[in-house]
Amino acid sequence: MNSKLTRRRFIKGVIFSGAAVTTGTGIYLAANAQSGQSTAERLITLNINGRERRVDVLPTETLANTLRYKLNMTGTKIGCNRGECGACTVLINGVPNYACSVLTHNVKGKEVVSIEGIKEADGTLHAVQQAFIAENAPQCGFCTPGQVMSAVALLNSNPRPTKLEAAAAMSGNLCRCGAYEHYLNGVMRASGQLA
Amino acid sequence: MPSHDVMPNMELYQPVQVEDALALADRLADRGWLVGGGQDTYGWLKDRAKDADAMIDLSAIDSLRGVRETADGIEIGALTTLTEVATNSIIKDKFSLLSQAAGVVASPQIRNIGTLGGNVSQDVRCWYYRRGLSCYRAGGNLCYADTPQGMNRDHSLFETSRCVAASPSDTAPALVALDATMVIRSLDGERTLAAEDYFVGPANDIESTTALRTGEILTLVKIPNTWANASFYFEKVADRNVWDFSLVSVAAAFKVSGGIVEDSRIVCGAVQCTPRRVTNVENAIRGQAKNAATAESVAEMATEGARALAHNGFKIPLMQNLVKRAISA
Repeated sequence: MNSKLTRRRFIKGVIFSGAAVTTGTGIYLAANAQSGQSTAERLITLNINGRERRVDVLPTETLANTLRYKLNMTGTKIGCNRGECGACTVLINGVPNYACSVLTHNVKGKEVVSIEGIKEADGTLHAVQQAFIAENAPQCGFCTPGQVMSAVALLNSNPRPTKLEAAAAMSGNLCRCGAYEHYLNGVMRASGQLA
Repeated sequence: MPSHDVMPNMELYQPVQVEDALALADRLADRGWLVGGGQDTYGWLKDRAKDADAMIDLSAIDSLRGVRETADGIEIGALTTLTEVATNSIIKDKFSLLSQAAGVVASPQIRNIGTLGGNVSQDVRCWYYRRGLSCYRAGGNLCYADTPQGMNRDHSLFETSRCVAASPSDTAPALVALDATMVIRSLDGERTLAAEDYFVGPANDIESTTALRTGEILTLVKIPNTWANASFYFEKVADRNVWDFSLVSVAAAFKVSGGIVEDSRIVCGAVQCTPRRVTNVENAIRGQAKNAATAESVAEMATEGARALAHNGFKIPLMQNLVKRAISA
């Protein structure tokens, strides 16, 4: 990357290009009939964290891009953008998926839960988040939202996993700080198996 | 070469009926891109290494999902996710070889969306090809992998023809071992192919790894009861246990009676562009005891005719050892 390109300028550039894309879409309100052979309509309703959101979505836009750049939900991180790191993990109908490798148009009519949607209504952190803090699991923290989502999905389907089951369930999330053991301890603590 | 991150803009079709998908596949022909779970597709598009005018997203076609038991076996819809294949009780009960294979593909999240049809139809992983270089497979006239400086430790030992890329699928060897049948539909009707014939090497078609033609969609995988509850062995060796593609894998099924092998299927993955059945070994162990001594005596036969490239010689002993383990397990 150009060394003169500061982080601030880079972020401003990203925001600007996102805005340009959004304004351009107004002229493209797809009027396609709901026939099986027409293209996807762009103005769609998504269910994100229990709320209905109307969003203008490009035909091939990924869910990670929609969450971050259309809905300003930047808790979902884009690490590799290739389904090879897990930082963008979200739950789709309760199942963990890489938001960078799912088309937003594929989650119409499905329930999406991102890291922003797992705390209690009063702001209390999810048990997994509290346990990760207690175990000092995050170091740089970039992979943490994805790690939390994978752990939440595991505990929803298997409230008392063995450490091996937890490792398997968390295996689709890389941590370049190498804090895997701490995350695993966090999962065990959240499941009430660590005092 | 520029590196991109976002998806290119293109049209998106989301048919819910297979007939509509077939009409679209026919109309858009090679400018349409069929997408199951998309886990192979999106990388190609983000890298701008391949393109199309439109994606035909098959994931909303419910009739292409699910596992059904039939009188003579099971049928698995091509859009069934790998997680479903790995955890389905009918498959686990009768064809645990396939459950095991599906359960080690990539990572949990990818298995949650990646489909069986997509896993067997995915393109090869040669990094030169996937970088968008104009190699034989991409319509050019050279191979970058099979050169003195080429990085080819993941590439093929057998049946290379200009292209040396290897089959990346974990479920493909299992389906060949189970004598599966692939059901393919187009506007013209339906045809079926033995799994073994579904996969195509570079000598026959250098630009495609499957027998799918333009306008065709793989709709169903049928597994006959022939090998139900046989004695199975599956092992995948990869650099990491998650994400990585096989360096070599083996999927084997044995019918054993009184310790003697009556019949077997032994199929290796990632050693050539298609799953490789080692029929010479299958023939050699017929009527022999299924034990370590037999395994030892046939191991070298497994790699007869192998031609190692500069960096993949390790695959020869690896393949021999996997075949040995399959027989002695």
